[in-house]
Amino acid sequence: MKTIFKTLLLAPVSAKLGVLIIIIYMIAAIFAPVIAPYSETEVVGDVWEEMGSGFLLGTDQIGRDLFTRLIYGARNTISIAFVTTMLSFFIGITGGFLAAVVGGWIDQGISRVIDIIMSIPILIFALMILSVLGTSTPILIIVIAVLDSTRVFRLSRAVAMDVVVMDYVEVARLRGENLWYLMRHEVLPNTLAPLVAEFGLRFCFVFLFISSLSFLGLGIQPPTADWGSMVRENAGAITFGILTPLLPAVAIAVLTIGVNLVVDWFLHKTAGIKES
Amino acid sequence: MSNILKIVAQRLALGVFTLFAISIIIFLGVEALPGDLAEAVLGRSALPETVAAFRRELRLDLPMHIRYYEWLSAFLQGDLGNSLANGREISELIGTRLANTLFLALFSAFIAVPVAVFLGVVAALYRETWFDKSISMFTLSTISMPEFFIGYIMIALFAVEINIFPSISNVTVETPFFERLYSTALPAITLTFIVMAHMMRMTRAAIVNLLMSPYIEMATLKGIPRWRVIVMHALPNALSPIINVIIINLAFLVVGVVVVEVVFVYPGLGQLLVDSVSSRDLPVVQASCLIFAATYVLLNLTADILSIVTNPRLLHPK
Amino acid sequence: MIGKDRDSNRLLTMTGLQIEGRTDEEWIKIVKGVDVHVDRGEVLGLIGESGAGKSTIGLAAMGYARPGCRISGGELVFDGIDLRNSSSRQLQDLHGRRIAYVAQSAAASFNPAFKLINQFAEGPVQHNVSSYSEAVEEGKALFETLNLPNPDTIGYRYPHQVSGGQLQRAMTAMAMACRPDLIIFDEPTTALDVTTQIEVLAAIKDIVKRFNTAAIYVTHDLAVVAQMADRIMVLRHGLLVEENSAREMLAEPKQEYTRELLSVRTFRKEQQPILDGQKPILEVKNLNAFYGDFHALKNINLKVRPATTMAVVGESGSGKSTLARAITGLLPPTSGSVTYDGDILAPSFKSRNREFLRRIQMIYQMPDTALNARQRIGEIVGRPLSFYLGMSGADRKNRVAELMDMIELPANYVDRFPSELSGGQKQRICIARALAAEPDLIICDEVTSALDELVSEEILKLLQRLQDELKVSYLFITHDLATVKAISDEIVVMLEGEIVEQGLKDEVLSPPFHEYTDLLLSSVPEMDPDWLEHLLRKREAVGGN
Repeated sequence: MKTIFKTLLLAPVSAKLGVLIIIIYMIAAIFAPVIAPYSETEVVGDVWEEMGSGFLLGTDQIGRDLFTRLIYGARNTISIAFVTTMLSFFIGITGGFLAAVVGGWIDQGISRVIDIIMSIPILIFALMILSVLGTSTPILIIVIAVLDSTRVFRLSRAVAMDVVVMDYVEVARLRGENLWYLMRHEVLPNTLAPLVAEFGLRFCFVFLFISSLSFLGLGIQPPTADWGSMVRENAGAITFGILTPLLPAVAIAVLTIGVNLVVDWFLHKTAGIKES
Repeated sequence: MSNILKIVAQRLALGVFTLFAISIIIFLGVEALPGDLAEAVLGRSALPETVAAFRRELRLDLPMHIRYYEWLSAFLQGDLGNSLANGREISELIGTRLANTLFLALFSAFIAVPVAVFLGVVAALYRETWFDKSISMFTLSTISMPEFFIGYIMIALFAVEINIFPSISNVTVETPFFERLYSTALPAITLTFIVMAHMMRMTRAAIVNLLMSPYIEMATLKGIPRWRVIVMHALPNALSPIINVIIINLAFLVVGVVVVEVVFVYPGLGQLLVDSVSSRDLPVVQASCLIFAATYVLLNLTADILSIVTNPRLLHPK
Repeated sequence: MIGKDRDSNRLLTMTGLQIEGRTDEEWIKIVKGVDVHVDRGEVLGLIGESGAGKSTIGLAAMGYARPGCRISGGELVFDGIDLRNSSSRQLQDLHGRRIAYVAQSAAASFNPAFKLINQFAEGPVQHNVSSYSEAVEEGKALFETLNLPNPDTIGYRYPHQVSGGQLQRAMTAMAMACRPDLIIFDEPTTALDVTTQIEVLAAIKDIVKRFNTAAIYVTHDLAVVAQMADRIMVLRHGLLVEENSAREMLAEPKQEYTRELLSVRTFRKEQQPILDGQKPILEVKNLNAFYGDFHALKNINLKVRPATTMAVVGESGSGKSTLARAITGLLPPTSGSVTYDGDILAPSFKSRNREFLRRIQMIYQMPDTALNARQRIGEIVGRPLSFYLGMSGADRKNRVAELMDMIELPANYVDRFPSELSGGQKQRICIARALAAEPDLIICDEVTSALDELVSEEILKLLQRLQDELKVSYLFITHDLATVKAISDEIVVMLEGEIVEQGLKDEVLSPPFHEYTDLLLSSVPEMDPDWLEHLLRKREAVGGN
């Protein structure tokens, strides 16, 4: 813990900014019920009221407090994106490591199947499956996680391969160690850095993706607060010169930028360690 | 030389195989509907006779592989079936939409590619200068924003605040070329921003990587002026990675188009896809997905083959 | 040089040279104040172990520092031109035209997209020294002088179509293109086989003499530099240790460090008595192995006796490493058998039981990749103890401490990570890891090839001590004949997958020689400045090259 704190202090401004952004969003997500002035679905005022007119950020297209909706949106979208990314990583890493360590036909077979799935863009594939299975939240999470895990598989397999060709892995193999030991004790510790960085990046992608799906009306369904759908619902206001719908979009962008800044710094640090 | 032809042929065969596999997946994807297509469309409360008649008409009572075969062969002949929403022929529906989407995509690519590659190369050459760092910041912000955000900012700025472009792109088959350009300008610019950012970052990374090669240092130590080292030594070897970057991003374009079309209510294939997903118009969904996926695969295949063909080691074997 | 006007002959003078290198955010001194001078037509050898700063000094002679390095102090004067205060345009004019550079890896230093002849001609054309067609003719002539095959057509090939030794000579030709006054040779033969090295050394020596070019020859191999240089500077940790003419330095080294470098490879073990009736610990019969279609091992037969060392020597592609993989079961042989202490081993290691896996251990060439950077030393050495011998807790800890003692490292190193250790120390840990399993046979796959000479010497001595104490056998794979002479009891010579000669060390290493053994032995540079000349003359007389 102490070393983490120390490295943070020495980090460049951009990384500190990124960490700050992430912390603020986490607080909003976790303490939403405490911070938000109203409840998620409560109608409290007129349609599209101005900012500051009693409501911190104004109201939305049916009169709900925008600030409340934003905070609950943080909680909903972030937690769904987080769970999805975790699931995606779990599937992707297990598959990727397995393919790299075992090699041979299993590797070829799994890789070919993954290649074929990956040749359909995630958006298209997701739209297709959602049109058939509907857009409930669990389905959303599973579908996106499975599709995203293909990218994670590619990366895990690639970094695991770099490790698997090292002599120390051969030493362990020759010793008679089993598959689990190889994956957990030889490969994983040496692939943590790129995988952690990728987690940040995939989280951003999943997060943006869910927002886009919600924006298209095919993601998180109303009345649940979600930034993507909020943009869609309030889009009409732009033609009146009201910038309300941009706020949730700004919220999305800021979080993604924050995570990217931290990931960039993290990659820079770990690349430096490898070189020296 | 024949070695290369063999590799290219292999890739092509792989591409065709992938297309087949995708068609199967897309076909099955729809068939994976829990319950029944007929019931899903007609609703639970439909009479069993109506459901049976519907099934027969759509030939849903045939075994799966026969249906697949019929579907695919009809598709390849240009018959995409009929929309469930309005009974129209899908090929007709998709025809104009596809043309519109291609127009938008090409318009954006036309602007994005040269600008992105140029900026990417310059940023790599002047690494760590303020120019490079500001470009880096700009691209980082752009790729962090959802496409619809950029779209709406464009609308807010250029359609509402300063009324240059229309906020909704209304194009029809009869729209003359320049008017089409004008109506499509905002969505094209939006798409350009998105794709350009990715392309720039990747180009920069590829060039930076290249500049660290020992033969670049060797050329410098031979006393070759810097401009010549870049143009004669670096660029020819950069061709392959840059082409790869461009095509990968064109594939991004294919997907980004969908959201942009919705934001600007542009009558393209992406808009059609989203609408038919919402209305569960499954034959249209199938057809649109297949077209999008096929384009994506073809683009990646082209990238693959081009990078093989520009590799000097393969061009001139031992 | 005595009696001549030294100033008009002086080509390069570097005084008080200081160079710094950057790690993370700070600058560290690599070269700490060195004086170097080279006269016209003189060859100066820069020798030192890795990290001595010799390459960096070589590049500084051009006024160039790699990205991440900077020349932070001293005066650099080339033929009256102040290099440190020259503009980049002035330096650009000098580079290639008056000072040229030959890199260590020719394969990486040629542009893969262009033909050799065009890369040759680029320098002279850009420097306005000659026209393109003139340069092409010159290129063909130089290729011939350097003994390249098909000198008229080889220039029209691409770099990847040409072999390593030929490419190195082509790079030398390219450096000569503008007839520079000074050429920097940066370890040009380090990556080449011993037999290929001869050709390249001969070519370089010849052409430098022919055009009276001055040269700085950077290498870690004292025997090589003895052949090439008129004068030698010994470097260590960025400082000069000793400087003298080549002959004088070899005859009478003044510094302790120089003496150590010279005396390397003089360690010799006593030949173990081979009792004929002794049951071999490892017996290989008619072994064949393939990589796909490629026949990598052809009918290998050998016997390793307990507590002895068998050296397997050969150049790259000989199959010696493949032999190790076949014996350990990493590459299952297609026919033939491997018998260990009387029991036939399954072809693939996956089918062997743990006891057999325990009794044959392997040590690898690169200690950096043979140790898991994320595991502490204690865990690395201790794992075999728990895995094979079921040890745990205090027992395991004590045994680890014993092993650390055996490899002559302090016991508190067990809490360290591999990155905190030097190359030689890491290799010792690899040895400890192998010993932990209490094997009868250890296969050493080029275990000293990646280490500096002095460190290698220590490792060899350690291995010998361990053999005397623990009675363990070694199958020692190497390409270095000096190592073979030092530690083997029996020798096996391999060429292209076959054994061409085998027997007791004294027998194999004394005449009459098998043809290939003769070639190998004679190709190893000796600490004698005239060695190369004698060898070339001898080979010419025999009619071969």
